[in-house]
Amino acid sequence: MNPENDRRDFLKCMAWAGTGALFAFNGGITSSLGLDSAIAAPLLRSASKPFTFVQLSDSHIGFNKPPNADARATFREAIAKVKALPNQPDFVIHTGDVSQLSRDEEFDDADQMLKELGLPVFFVPGEHDMLDPDGGKAFLKRFGKGSMGAGWYSFDHRGVHFIALVNVADLKPGGMGNLGAEQLKWLKADLAARHSSTPIVVFAHIPLWTVYEAWGWGTDDAAEALKLLARFGSVTILNGHIHQITQKVEGHIAFHTARSTAFPQPAPGTAPSPGPLKVPPEQLHSMLGITDAVFVRGHDRVALIDSTLTA
Amino acid sequence: MTRAFGMVTFQAFSLLAAAFAMTIVADDVKAAPPPQAQLVHIGNFTFNQATLTVRPGTTVTWVNDDDIPHTVVAQGLAFKSKVLDTGDRFSFTFAKAGQFGYFCSLHPHMTGTIVVKA
Repeated sequence: MNPENDRRDFLKCMAWAGTGALFAFNGGITSSLGLDSAIAAPLLRSASKPFTFVQLSDSHIGFNKPPNADARATFREAIAKVKALPNQPDFVIHTGDVSQLSRDEEFDDADQMLKELGLPVFFVPGEHDMLDPDGGKAFLKRFGKGSMGAGWYSFDHRGVHFIALVNVADLKPGGMGNLGAEQLKWLKADLAARHSSTPIVVFAHIPLWTVYEAWGWGTDDAAEALKLLARFGSVTILNGHIHQITQKVEGHIAFHTARSTAFPQPAPGTAPSPGPLKVPPEQLHSMLGITDAVFVRGHDRVALIDSTLTA
Repeated sequence: MTRAFGMVTFQAFSLLAAAFAMTIVADDVKAAPPPQAQLVHIGNFTFNQATLTVRPGTTVTWVNDDDIPHTVVAQGLAFKSKVLDTGDRFSFTFAKAGQFGYFCSLHPHMTGTIVVKA
């Protein structure tokens, strides 16, 4: 099978109206594929086998208010969509707010549903996962085995270095997301031995760039982390928290936020607060999960191609 | 006898006067903000009274009107609520004078201050 056919098969499998972002690595090159413009995007040719992973975010298991009376059901739908992919991803990342209120039964339900995938799942906590009396220990006990501090860690997969960061612990009054000195020190050490040609994927709950300060949609000390990442040729930063797609490219760093599987939130500044966007039921599914982002590797950098979702 | 009667009359009058005075005090209290109960609504990701001034001994209650959970956490940890889901309340009685900054630990851009002064 030639690479082009592989790609076409792969794109067919994207034709689900769903609930996750699907990312492809083609010969160590980052590309993230959304339905509409992925089809229109130039084909990448590579002798090596591409691999994919799925990003799920903001499942808010336990949420049951307008516009979504059952966030479990929509998460189950997302899982079913991932299971139905003909080319199974190598693993899934969940970028936080697994639960609504950090209750055991919420974590347990999310865990059970994700186990149906039979795939490794890598987590970072969102602020909703820190609400047990011990401030996040319940989440870490279940989803953070082997992690450090408030739940950060890194791993390598097929030549790509993945870094999971936590920016929802020990938040400061008046501030936004926060990584903290201890985690930044760890990040520096984690990156120190890596060659700058190693593709890097960073994932964390709250955006690592300031999307909208008035709603706290940013991370106070993100600049410290970005400074450490600046020498790498390919950096992709995946976040959740704001329940909508936003993206930008800065130097060699591509930023992307995913949709929620539970409910949409308003675009920055378009509502009195960032509370759930109460869309009519027939509109809800079109605002959950799927990404319309396309990252295509150019000659010397990762480029970001905008696309719109019309489904 | 006459004298004893006079004293009883005087005492009765005093009691009546005292009762009357207490009624006046009670009316005064009603006219001013009640010192024993103050309510702060949490809505649209804000504390509806960013700064609230109360007298010592006042109990302040926060109620979450949002459909997203919040918390109420004092900066010096003088008080700290558990997570407040929609409709949940948290109360704290401010015994002494002082200034208490607080925030929502989930959404730290949400801040407020309770000023307690006699």
